Amino acid sequence: MYRYDEFDHAFVKARVAEFRDQVERRLAGELTEEQFKPLRLMNGVYLQLHAYMLRIAIPYGTLAPRQMRMLAHIARHYDKGYGHFTTRQNLQFHWPALKDIPDILEKLASVEMHAIQTSGNCIRNVTADHFAGAAADEVTDPRPYAEILRQWSSLHPEFSYLPRKFKIAVTGAQRDRAAVQVHDIGLHLKKNAEGKRGFTVYVGGGLGRTPMVAKKIRDFLPEEDLLSYTTAILRVYNLNGRRDNKFKARIKILVHETGTEELRAQVEREYEALKDSELKLPESDIRAIQAYFAPPSLPARPEGDAVIAAASAADAGFATWLARNLHTHKNPDYASVTVSLKGIGEVPGDMSADQMDAVADLAEHYAMSEIRVSHEQNLVLPHVARADLKAVYDRLVEIGLATANVGLVTDIIACPGLDYCALANARSIPVAQQISTRFADQARQEAIGDLKIKISGCINACGHHHVGHIGILGVEKKGAELYQITLGGSGDENTAVGEIIGRGFGPDEIVDAVETIVETYVGLRQDKSETFLAAYGRLGPAPFKEALYGSEAKAA
Amino acid sequence: MKLLAANRLLDGTAVWLGPDAAWVEDISDAEIARDKEGEARLEQIGRRALAENLVLDIELIDVEIVDGAVRPLRLRERIRAAGPSIHPELGKQANKPAVSLV
Repeated sequence: MYRYDEFDHAFVKARVAEFRDQVERRLAGELTEEQFKPLRLMNGVYLQLHAYMLRIAIPYGTLAPRQMRMLAHIARHYDKGYGHFTTRQNLQFHWPALKDIPDILEKLASVEMHAIQTSGNCIRNVTADHFAGAAADEVTDPRPYAEILRQWSSLHPEFSYLPRKFKIAVTGAQRDRAAVQVHDIGLHLKKNAEGKRGFTVYVGGGLGRTPMVAKKIRDFLPEEDLLSYTTAILRVYNLNGRRDNKFKARIKILVHETGTEELRAQVEREYEALKDSELKLPESDIRAIQAYFAPPSLPARPEGDAVIAAASAADAGFATWLARNLHTHKNPDYASVTVSLKGIGEVPGDMSADQMDAVADLAEHYAMSEIRVSHEQNLVLPHVARADLKAVYDRLVEIGLATANVGLVTDIIACPGLDYCALANARSIPVAQQISTRFADQARQEAIGDLKIKISGCINACGHHHVGHIGILGVEKKGAELYQITLGGSGDENTAVGEIIGRGFGPDEIVDAVETIVETYVGLRQDKSETFLAAYGRLGPAPFKEALYGSEAKAA
Repeated sequence: MKLLAANRLLDGTAVWLGPDAAWVEDISDAEIARDKEGEARLEQIGRRALAENLVLDIELIDVEIVDGAVRPLRLRERIRAAGPSIHPELGKQANKPAVSLV
């Protein structure tokens, strides 16, 4: 993985010292909150309901064991013993004291981590496919390009005060596991007919108040033009984005109001002017960054099949877990393991300090010292020899992280919601916990098959509800929580925004409503191979409305 | 009835304005304003505390008295007064029974 060079170390260290000084001046009363707030936000420090919150960047979701151990240390010594992995591959601590944050950032810097640009109207943490560098269907590893974007965008003087925040995602495989079409810029790596690497470029995707699927503005951008084209997009946005209205300030609105063709023409004009400038990436620079992400040397482990066959026969739990939590690796002796942070009835994305330490140990012993964070709030051990899967599974069982539910109805994304967040209107996590508990039975989950439920506690959509097969949005109505349901959303290469199915449900009704939808799907699907989205596409909303609202639906 | 909510600058802890311009960590110790004059007085003290960098995000919140105890009208403020509903062992509710959340 990427290692900081001298410049990176000096830069992050200087930034910690700067923020320490800013915090000291704030606590001494030399800075007002109005002056301090933009400074703390640019260092990832929010104020929530119960305390401050520190959001730490995990670039493209890649973590080393020593970094995970540092997160565990911070959780123990400065927080309340746990952390929360987010839907943007970041980690949040929900209880740090402002006075301690400079010390926390200093400790993070010692393991090459920071919280820079995890908030504010700047280019945020660049996200990527969590199976990057391992997946069998990968064309090329997206992380070197994400790292190039990270270096370019960190404290970029022209793009530090954009009209609004700006999110970039990169994927390098056939299947889009990074939800690139719901990002401000989505980059889909591919090779052209000549075998040259480049990107399909999508612009103007996003969730929130006005969900939009991104528009493709270029089918193939040569890799060396990554920064010139990205700069061209950002320039058009920075100049023309709506600064008059916060709710219309994202690039998706600019794309929508300008029209895709006109916006593409503006970007291409900027690109023409920039593409032969110093922004053109020298081949040697790209290869130098790629070298940091060179695939680990994986010794041949052909005994995997025999070990797995024997272990599966002896342990049904292991067999179930194998069937759900593995992803096909480039090397047939290996697999990528998803460590579910969605234990039945537990908080999606939460992890205790002890679990962090244990996963760091596992990564060191069995996974080439790599850990990934997925935007679906799970962890991934990307390179595990199939022969070691039983040992990994046994240890995961011991630490309570062996839930065999990846992609199933209980593998729910949920934002922190009103339990922590000052912006939220309703709670998300308890709804996720109740749905998880309702569908706890493994056989029932398997019978239902793949199904993505995503829950947000407000319109800002951190829980990605618009792209859930079943999406749940919590709102406040007459002082009480109310949950709206959307159906048919998808965040993969066939991205779609879900449709609102009808009136909302109270906290005591929402789990029953979800169960009704699931049972309606199971009852009406042609056979088990017809997915929820396929069935919904064929049937439309009518049978789901009928099941949820009965005669009320007919009257409407 | 209203009282004044805020977060303490140093650690972000949810606090409420209590008697003698003190910021209290337990909502049941907060001073209740029962009329416009009382609200204005709380806000005046709050603004002074803002200027003195003791607290941030001051906000008057609606409360009622239920069985002799203060209870915010909005769920958001009840969660703030108790702690996360998903973690009864964390937040203010960990130390003493807090307002009922629902």
